[in-house]
Amino acid sequence: MKRFLAAVLERTAAALRDLGPIIVVIAFFQIVVLRQPFPDFGSVAVGLVCVIAGLILFTEGLESGLFPLGEAIAQAFARKGSLTALLAFAFCLGFGTTVAEPALIAVAAEAAEVAAEAGAIAADAEARADYAFELRMVVALSVGSALVLGVIRILKGWPLHRLIIGGYVLVSAMTAFAPAEIIGVAYDSGGVTTSTITVPLVTALGVGLASSIRGRNPLIDGFGLIAFASLTPMIFVLAYGMVV
Amino acid sequence: MHAFAVSAVSTALSTALDVAPIVGVLLLFQIAVLRRRLPNLRNMILGFVLVLLGLTLFLIGLEEALFPIGETMARQLTATETIGEASLEDGVDWHDYLLVYFFAAAIGFATTVAEPSLIAVALKAQQVSGGATGAWGLRIAVAIGVAAGVALGCFRIVTGTPLPLYIIAAYLIVIVQTFRSNQTMVPLAYDSGGVTTSTVTVPVVAALGLGLASSVPGRSPLIDGFGLIAFASVFPIMSVLAYAMAASWVRRRRIPNQPEEA
Repeated sequence: MKRFLAAVLERTAAALRDLGPIIVVIAFFQIVVLRQPFPDFGSVAVGLVCVIAGLILFTEGLESGLFPLGEAIAQAFARKGSLTALLAFAFCLGFGTTVAEPALIAVAAEAAEVAAEAGAIAADAEARADYAFELRMVVALSVGSALVLGVIRILKGWPLHRLIIGGYVLVSAMTAFAPAEIIGVAYDSGGVTTSTITVPLVTALGVGLASSIRGRNPLIDGFGLIAFASLTPMIFVLAYGMVV
Repeated sequence: MHAFAVSAVSTALSTALDVAPIVGVLLLFQIAVLRRRLPNLRNMILGFVLVLLGLTLFLIGLEEALFPIGETMARQLTATETIGEASLEDGVDWHDYLLVYFFAAAIGFATTVAEPSLIAVALKAQQVSGGATGAWGLRIAVAIGVAAGVALGCFRIVTGTPLPLYIIAAYLIVIVQTFRSNQTMVPLAYDSGGVTTSTVTVPVVAALGLGLASSVPGRSPLIDGFGLIAFASVFPIMSVLAYAMAASWVRRRRIPNQPEEA
């Protein structure tokens, strides 16, 4: 019981430390710069308690659930020894988690408006909805392919930096030929695809794979899946902008 | 209280919807392909539920306490009244917006420190490296990168300079750093670019970009409002690589028998 309490206290302290900067920044700008009273102190306090409790549960669940789950799946696939199954899993995980991502839905809708304004597509609602849907599919496909490529890299032990730098060169070259209105969307699409549940799971998957294959270093080979997942959307969206 | 309950339920539902495809894929492959029971399944399911519950509570709290203030603040700070009509009369000058860059850096730093997916990656990195890469140090390095990136991104919106120039220049710096730093840190640095922009950072930073692009004369929120996320995903790569370079330099200095830097 005592140990349990100590653990809870420790996690609470960590959560407070994580949230400290936000509270300080917002309080500073609200009181010193904008000179406005802190609005509705009661609801802010309730919200903060929720945030802290949420962070405690999240980190606890990461270590007891999400990390072991990702690694167990990686080991199960390694034992099974079927490359096709592993790659299919990687693709489905990437595609499935991205296609419904709320941040992506929001960005795609905005991007459709930009395209309509620039005259790239017809200005009616249907054309915009189609464009937003296609864009989401393109990004989801790109994240699926990213995880497939990332898993192959871990299996083969290819150095990550060559692939990523190659990707940068490709993005830079495609930027020169892509229509101007797609560029901002494309660059942002890399950042919005990786959600908070996907990241720990995919990270644990990569580390688990790298540690179940002999000769792979989990630190060097295990990380990098997220990097692919934030690079390929840029390439795919730029390509989509060039085709449409 | 009623409004609170409504927002709590809608947040819980959207988190559940968000997770449904992951659970679906996991179940499908578990039943159709792997078939064998994973060890400690019960604990892992419990942990998964904790993560979900925690994330939902976290988001409800943010919606309730921080997002409304943060977003209002971003709008107020970028409003013409705050900048001052007089200073805008002689055209847009980038130093009319110093306060905005300062806010951008501060809020970018603060939201990144609280970002749950970054906490996850930093924890994993600490485990995998056997403690050699400290979770807290990594997170601070990433947060500094986001702060610099978002501030520079605001400067770009104010000046209206082309986005690709900045991003491609940032890529070049990353490439040079990649070859000069300790190879064990490179994959981690690349990953940290993608994890910084999720639940906490994106809403506030997007509000900032949108507010800025709609208040600066001559900028369109639709075209110039994009790009802040891109800055926030490239700059952490740079700052983590810089952190790695600094850490290995310090380590070399600490070992007395090794020659000083050639």
